Amino acid sequence: MYQYDNYDQSMVDARVAEFRDQVQRRLAGELTEDQFKPLRLKNGLYLQLHAYMLRVAVPYGTLSSRQMRMLGDIADKYDRGYGHFTTRQNIQYNWIKLEDAPDILADLASVEMHAIQTSGNCIRNTTSDQFAGAAADELVDPRPYAELLRQWSTFHPEFDYLPRKFKIAIIGSETDRAAMKLHDIGIQMVKNDAGEIGCKFFIGGGMGRTPMIAPVIGDFVPPLQMISYLEAALRVYNRYGRRDNKYKARIKILVHEIGADEYRRQVEEEFAHILTLGLEPPAAELERIKGFFEQPGFDTNASDDLDLSDPDFALWVDQNTHAHKRAGYTIVNISLKPIGGIPGDATADQIRLMADLALDYSFDELRVTHAQNIVLPHVKKADLYTIWQKLDEAGLANANLDLISDIIACPGLDYCALANARSIPVAQKISERFADLGRQRELGELKLKISGCINACGHHHAGHIGILGVDRKGVENYQLSFGGSEGADTSLGTITGPGFNEDGVVDAVEKATDVYLAQRTEGERFLDTYRRIGMAPFKEAIYAKETANG
Amino acid sequence: MKIITGNDLRTGDVIWWTGKGWSRFVNDAVAVGDDAEAIIAQQNATQVVTDTHVIDAETTADGVRPAHIKERVRALGPTVRMDLSLKPGDPAAAKWVI
Ligand code: HEM
Ligand code: SF4
Repeated sequence: MYQYDNYDQSMVDARVAEFRDQVQRRLAGELTEDQFKPLRLKNGLYLQLHAYMLRVAVPYGTLSSRQMRMLGDIADKYDRGYGHFTTRQNIQYNWIKLEDAPDILADLASVEMHAIQTSGNCIRNTTSDQFAGAAADELVDPRPYAELLRQWSTFHPEFDYLPRKFKIAIIGSETDRAAMKLHDIGIQMVKNDAGEIGCKFFIGGGMGRTPMIAPVIGDFVPPLQMISYLEAALRVYNRYGRRDNKYKARIKILVHEIGADEYRRQVEEEFAHILTLGLEPPAAELERIKGFFEQPGFDTNASDDLDLSDPDFALWVDQNTHAHKRAGYTIVNISLKPIGGIPGDATADQIRLMADLALDYSFDELRVTHAQNIVLPHVKKADLYTIWQKLDEAGLANANLDLISDIIACPGLDYCALANARSIPVAQKISERFADLGRQRELGELKLKISGCINACGHHHAGHIGILGVDRKGVENYQLSFGGSEGADTSLGTITGPGFNEDGVVDAVEKATDVYLAQRTEGERFLDTYRRIGMAPFKEAIYAKETANG
Repeated sequence: MKIITGNDLRTGDVIWWTGKGWSRFVNDAVAVGDDAEAIIAQQNATQVVTDTHVIDAETTADGVRPAHIKERVRALGPTVRMDLSLKPGDPAAAKWVI
């Protein structure tokens, strides 16, 4: 993992001291709320429905056990004993006091963490593949590039007041596990026929009220020009992005309005200019960073043998582990989606337990996934049974990865000031309806995603089944959509028709799964069946009663 | 009726204007009529409350009930964590919100 040098540490420490002073001045009445609000937002401190909410950055979703333990301790010391892991691979605390915020930031800084770039119209915390450095299908480890991005983007003066927030995701595998094409910029590290590494740039994706899949803008940019290319891409956006209209201010709208070809032309022109300026960080810096991401000391004799005689363990292994690049090792997914639970929430004790497991069994590393789960990236198969037992004791051995109860849900109206409807209770009811694991496995991979408003923090556009909460004359109502996806086959969901109340939408989801079970052919997932047979049969089943009533 | 709500600047707690000061319990809220703007201006100046705003509410047998669900969530707590709400022992509390 990357470790701060003196420069990183002093920058973060200085920021804590600055914020401490700002908070003091606010509490003393020397700053008004209008003056203070942008300052607190720059430090990840929002005001939500019940209290201040602190969003802590987890750069490219990577944590050490020491950092993870601190996240647990903060939940106990300053919050109400839990935290919420988000689709942005971050963690949010819901019950923060303003007077505590500087101390929390100081605690975070003591483990090389902060809440910078988690709000505002800047380049936000970069996200990445949660299996980076571990996955069997990886071509290039994206983490050194993600770290370079972090260093380049943090406090970048030119891009601190963009027309709107800006989210970058970077991956290095063929399989996209980071919803890369639904970001303002998605970067895929690829190899050409000559075996050289390059960056493929997808620019202009996003969710929100106008979801867009990013087109390819740069085919193959040499890694040592990645930053220059980003500078060019952002500069064009900064210059022409729609500052006049918040709803049209994201880069997706600019790329859409002027067209990918014209946007590309302008970026190339700017890129050619920037290359003459020598803005690219020196190659030595990238090499220095790469030094932090060497493979850990894997046991070359580790065995692939596994005793699967315990059936519950066998199910969990089958569902929640993923192929590792090294023999005798595997990737463990810890699901934060217990039946009837709150997606992404973990108690302080659970967080510390996961930290301990990482220290003892995963070379001190954890990852946060955009599906709101936690990953132990480098686990010896020989240790799996012990780990599973410890997880099970803590209520963390849910064997439901990528199944219908592995739901992404935003905080919704239970916590979020922008919400139109609650998301979490819908997730709870659906997971309860499909509580039987055998039934879930029968349904196979089924990604269900719920947002409490059109901002789409819960990725509903990209759900095989998506649910969007809307406000219908003061009453919560839920729109259902099918056919979204966020992998290599990224697509946007289509709305089924009129919305439902909370119980109605749970029933509709169940009816849709019945249609799938009846119509699927060998090997088809829900998404594949939907793509083959289209909306009509689903619609018929879901709205059957209304049709019968005329 | 119109009532005033905001957040305690220091703690972030949701609070309601009682006519004399601020309370964490919506039942203590009083109707402010046409005085809302003046009260808000005066209270903002004290710098102990933030995000002050006027909302619609009605008086029911159960006490003061904000008209919009969002304000009822604020008044009580997250419906999915009633143990953390202002009525942790009351299983019916979540129903009041909805
Ligand atoms: C609770 C406080 C939150 C607020 C106030 C908030 C606000 C917003 C807003 C305004 C947008 C739309 C931006 C646009 O389209 O221009 C948005 C999008 C988004 N937010 Fe949130 N959000 C919150 C929580 C979260 C959480 C908890 C997550 C992760 C689970 C999250 C992840 C996202 C994602 C993935 C998008 C859509 C991607 C995009 O187009 O940017 N947000 N959020
Ligand atoms: S989708 Fe809406 S309700 Fe959900 S967290 Fe985002 S802004 Fe809040």
